[in-house]
Amino acid sequence: MLAIFKREFNSYFTNPMGYVFLAVFYFFSGMYFSITLKYNSTDITIVFSYLFEVLMFIIPLLCMRLMSEEKRQKTDQLLLTSPVSITGLVLGKFLAAFAIYAMALAVTVVYSIILSFFAAPEWAVIVGNIFGSLIMGAAMISICLLISACTESQIIAAIGGLAAMLLLWMVENVATLLPDSFAWLGNILSQLSFSSRYDNFCSGILNIGDVLFYISAVVVFLFFNVRVIEKRRWS
Amino acid sequence: MIEVKNLTKYYGDKHAVDGISFSVKQGEILGFLGPNGAGKSTTMNILTGYISSTSGSVEIDGYDILDNPIEAKQKIGYLPELPPLYTDMTVQGYLSFVYDLKKCKIPKKQHIDDVCRRVRIDHVQNRIIKNLSKGYRQRVGLAQALIGNPEVLILDEPTVGLDPKQIIEIRDLIKVLGERHTVILSSHILSEVQAVCDRLVIINGGKIVADDTAENLTRKLSKDFRYIIRVEGPQEDIQKVLSSIPGMKEVLFNGEKEPGAFEFSLESDPTLDIRREVFHRIVNRNWTILSFRSTEMTLEDIFLMLTTGDSAAAEATLAGAGEDGNDQSDSESASADPAQVASIEVVNPETGSTEDVSKPLEAPKGLEEKKVNINENGGEE
Repeated sequence: MLAIFKREFNSYFTNPMGYVFLAVFYFFSGMYFSITLKYNSTDITIVFSYLFEVLMFIIPLLCMRLMSEEKRQKTDQLLLTSPVSITGLVLGKFLAAFAIYAMALAVTVVYSIILSFFAAPEWAVIVGNIFGSLIMGAAMISICLLISACTESQIIAAIGGLAAMLLLWMVENVATLLPDSFAWLGNILSQLSFSSRYDNFCSGILNIGDVLFYISAVVVFLFFNVRVIEKRRWS
Repeated sequence: MIEVKNLTKYYGDKHAVDGISFSVKQGEILGFLGPNGAGKSTTMNILTGYISSTSGSVEIDGYDILDNPIEAKQKIGYLPELPPLYTDMTVQGYLSFVYDLKKCKIPKKQHIDDVCRRVRIDHVQNRIIKNLSKGYRQRVGLAQALIGNPEVLILDEPTVGLDPKQIIEIRDLIKVLGERHTVILSSHILSEVQAVCDRLVIINGGKIVADDTAENLTRKLSKDFRYIIRVEGPQEDIQKVLSSIPGMKEVLFNGEKEPGAFEFSLESDPTLDIRREVFHRIVNRNWTILSFRSTEMTLEDIFLMLTTGDSAAAEATLAGAGEDGNDQSDSESASADPAQVASIEVVNPETGSTEDVSKPLEAPKGLEEKKVNINENGGEE
């Protein structure tokens, strides 16, 4: 698992992918941060609340290559015939993408420190926000990883991931469109919304339900990922 | 070391592998032969645990590949058909990744250097794999399989894409590896298999059609004892002398192939070896033998016979020969046609004879050298 993590992590920097991801993330988060400063606000949660839309577009790109490229290049033959469990393989890949994401998110710590020169920030809220962004990003990564495992094409993986992200973003709106007799379904759907749960973090609410929701999403999708790879061997 | 029992693999309705069983002993080099689509790669992928079988079992040194995958895989080095390379890494970085992946215990730097030296890629260690030629990539793939000194090496067409010099190097390497490792090698280049392997398994349509040494296969399958000889001297006298040799059944004149040199097809009693007698009688009369070769089936013929429509007849021959070496006449009727066709192809004087022309020039030096030539061309003792 460690070997796979190391290789994937390094390959983000031997390819342009890692740099592009970080650059795009830093650019947009920096833009929102400078807007915050421009309006003389020390409320960093604005930056976080806009991050969702940015992540929605760039996380599918971060993960598109992870599984699909192995299959296309047949390097999965090496991984699957090595003494490594499939769980280890999936975890290694997941953690590599997560580490890049965490690197990107680390910039918000810098922003917070800059803000602290102007006024005493609410550290509890900032920590809660960073934590919420981390676990929400992890859930997004695990979903995109699963989509990447289902195809041999990076492009399909990217578009599929983007579609999934859009769906999770809009699922609440979809829920409101349902007729009254399907209210129960609308209820379930709106519970699945990534964005509304994320908004809770941004408003400074640390709800244990939201934390569990994201963490269980990570676990469930990584589990599916293992099963998808396992199933391919048996077909 | 490797035990394969009743291996079956379906892809939907298609039988890719159909009840294959064989075993490989420690230190053996097994050649795995078959035409395209015979199920070679599928079998190898099952052996290495890349895909699973529909039924049947694979044991590597006592560990079942499905029940104890980690232990079994630890013992295998696998070079798939397409070497599984990360083209954006350097050779060094890639091998170091494989080393970590296989959780090796040997000192790292030294081991990687050692493996690189063995497959002769030590001078490209710092280059990015993307920029290497196909031959080098193949060797990096082989290096990858050797990392961790696995007890079993499974190589799927290891010499594809290499130039002739490299092919010979890799073959020699595989032979050396065979001393310490158990090797399964797939190929459709027959001379390669013949040169390297102790034993052959020939599969066709997902089934094993032969499992034996190359020599045994040649002996069992070829029923005719035919030779082709080219002699410089008076044509009629030569024919007379040849016909008078005890055990000679038939002497056919093939024509004057070179100025003053005549070619004959000889058919002898299979229980007698007429080669020495032929040699002495010709040489005693001061005629010159320009070429002398047996038209026993080559591995190519056997392969074609076993993997084309005649496989049923060939198997019958094998079975017949297996029961009793002299029992060949029984199966003769069943398998006469393919053998006939095969030997006619070989008798074709234009092929092979050009190589032979140069060799007999050295022959007068001694008998032994000449025999060696015959062996190399003919196959059997």
